[in-house]
Amino acid sequence: MTKRLCIHGMAVAGLLASVAVPASAADTITVASWGGTYQEAQTKAFFDPTAKDLGITIKQDTTNGLDDVRLQVTGNAVKWDITELGADECARGSKEGLFEKLDYNVIDKSGINPKLVHDDWVGISYTSVVLIYRTDVFGDKGPKTWADFWDVEKFPGRRALSGSQSTETLSVAALAKGIPIDKVYPVDIDGALQSVDKIRGHIDAWWTSGAQAMQLVKDGEVDMASIWNGRAGTLKKEGAPVSFTFDQGVLTADCMVIPKGSKNKDIAMKALAKFVSPDLQANLPLYVDNGPANEKAFETGKIPPERIKDINSSPENVKKQVLQDPAFWRDTLVEATEKFNNLIQQ
Amino acid sequence: MSVASASLDHDGRSGGALNADALRADARRESHGTLALLSPGLLLVFAVIIVPIGWLFWLSLFDETGQLSASNYARFFEQASYIKTFVTTFKVAFVVTGACVLFGYPLAYMLSQLPRRAAGVCLIFVILPFWTSVLVRTYAWLVILQRKGLVNTWLMDLGVISQPLPLANNFAGVVIGMTHIMLPFLVLPLYASMKSIDTDCLRAAMNLGASPSATFRQIFLPLSLPGLASGVVIVFVLCLGFFVTPALMGGGKVIMWAMRMEQTTSLYSNWGAGAALGVVLLAVTLALLGLFHRLLGARATGVWSRR
Repeated sequence: MTKRLCIHGMAVAGLLASVAVPASAADTITVASWGGTYQEAQTKAFFDPTAKDLGITIKQDTTNGLDDVRLQVTGNAVKWDITELGADECARGSKEGLFEKLDYNVIDKSGINPKLVHDDWVGISYTSVVLIYRTDVFGDKGPKTWADFWDVEKFPGRRALSGSQSTETLSVAALAKGIPIDKVYPVDIDGALQSVDKIRGHIDAWWTSGAQAMQLVKDGEVDMASIWNGRAGTLKKEGAPVSFTFDQGVLTADCMVIPKGSKNKDIAMKALAKFVSPDLQANLPLYVDNGPANEKAFETGKIPPERIKDINSSPENVKKQVLQDPAFWRDTLVEATEKFNNLIQQ
Repeated sequence: MSVASASLDHDGRSGGALNADALRADARRESHGTLALLSPGLLLVFAVIIVPIGWLFWLSLFDETGQLSASNYARFFEQASYIKTFVTTFKVAFVVTGACVLFGYPLAYMLSQLPRRAAGVCLIFVILPFWTSVLVRTYAWLVILQRKGLVNTWLMDLGVISQPLPLANNFAGVVIGMTHIMLPFLVLPLYASMKSIDTDCLRAAMNLGASPSATFRQIFLPLSLPGLASGVVIVFVLCLGFFVTPALMGGGKVIMWAMRMEQTTSLYSNWGAGAALGVVLLAVTLALLGLFHRLLGARATGVWSRR
């Protein structure tokens, strides 16, 4: 679903930088992503090297997610040639026919999890939902698993979960019931809802943005929370007394698409092929905590070994986590989210 | 004589008829002129208010497949959270409006009684926050009210409380944050109406032996009510559409209608789902405003129309 990280200044800066390189209009494409430090990292990892390699100009914009793409495509006003989305959004948008078909003769899909390779969308990076706790409250004996998080007697304290990302909260609720990580999908939605029902009286805040989750933990408003690994990593770097691991994390993929009606489809295809290539994918974790979608990136030797253990999509860490299945949520999201909202807004 | 009078009569009558014709023509010209002068404004209102609202209503009638259907409205009854959100929205609006009256009336009264220069200085303190971004003020409240925020830290250091008070990420936080933001919307019209109350009326009352409190109750308060009414309406209606403050201060536990619209719009792949929420809020707000007019009676309404 929507991740609001937009910092429009970034897009403007990117725009200015790219305008400086002269190129014919046909060789210019526009790529939209989430903005902020993430897009800044993507610029260094993907966009700049691709622009240089292909001799094209890559303009940048920021997106709020599927709504923006739908508005452009249904309104016949497509201004982006490539845009990033959450994988469940890609799956839904694909069902609605909002994207151009991808040409896998141009794009090399090897190394990307087959669940993230589809006719009209492809995985680009990973975010993890992890359990974070404050070490000034628990020392090193904090909640390690979602079952611990659900255990309010053994781990008293204030808690926050995501209220906006129903898919992620339902996944951790399933884990809290003791379901092993490889059995979480397909999610037993009613069972997961029952699990949410058990904990909801003990939740002090349902966060709706990554920044809010970070603020809740940082200010000590809550003692433990579900949080995106990028935000958790930032907290740790800032010196906040927190601890988290990738154990029982929920790996959520982001994907890229070419919106239907893009005027520079062919160049966009070539650019997208570059973005998912192991060589450029290996650049991403050098700048940001979001892991590469192409596992061959870890074989390029570009990523220092001590960095690999901190990356959520490294082969070692992937084994500890649940991979969200976008196809599952494509068909169940609306119903599950309404039920989830009914439950937590009671 | 009779001929003369008859002709005069005739002349007089025809003169009167002529005059009436001329007047009528003049009136017609004038109303046409007024209409012509108003037309840019009317066109603007039509283009930026009537057309979008009509479009909103139109959109709300279609489901995901583009079929005419009531499914966008049926959802309100099928999913419990919608009714709950709707009730919360009005509850917040009522409580915040009440709190604004409670704080705003004495404040406006004080401002209206102060000497001109002192009142000017005090008004700056009302208006300054009014010019500050809502987002900034909301975050400031979060810093002040949260568990390890200023208020709780001070109270605990002073030994007044042993456990932090739950002031943020709940209903109380939303009400505090919104009351602060809404207060100028009540104080400013109220202050203006209090300033326009003729002080001679108050002097006359006291001259006739009324005590200061009786003068306030029987003269000042009734005369200030129309200003209060317009302030209350502005605050109440603005509260109904609030997004930022409840989203940040409510900790996800106080969901207001505007937040629900955002959720619904991103959840369903048709604009109608969100549009239906807008239509319902608009309809209920208009109905409430109508009720308000009727309840407050001619006096308040009269003052509004005279403005």
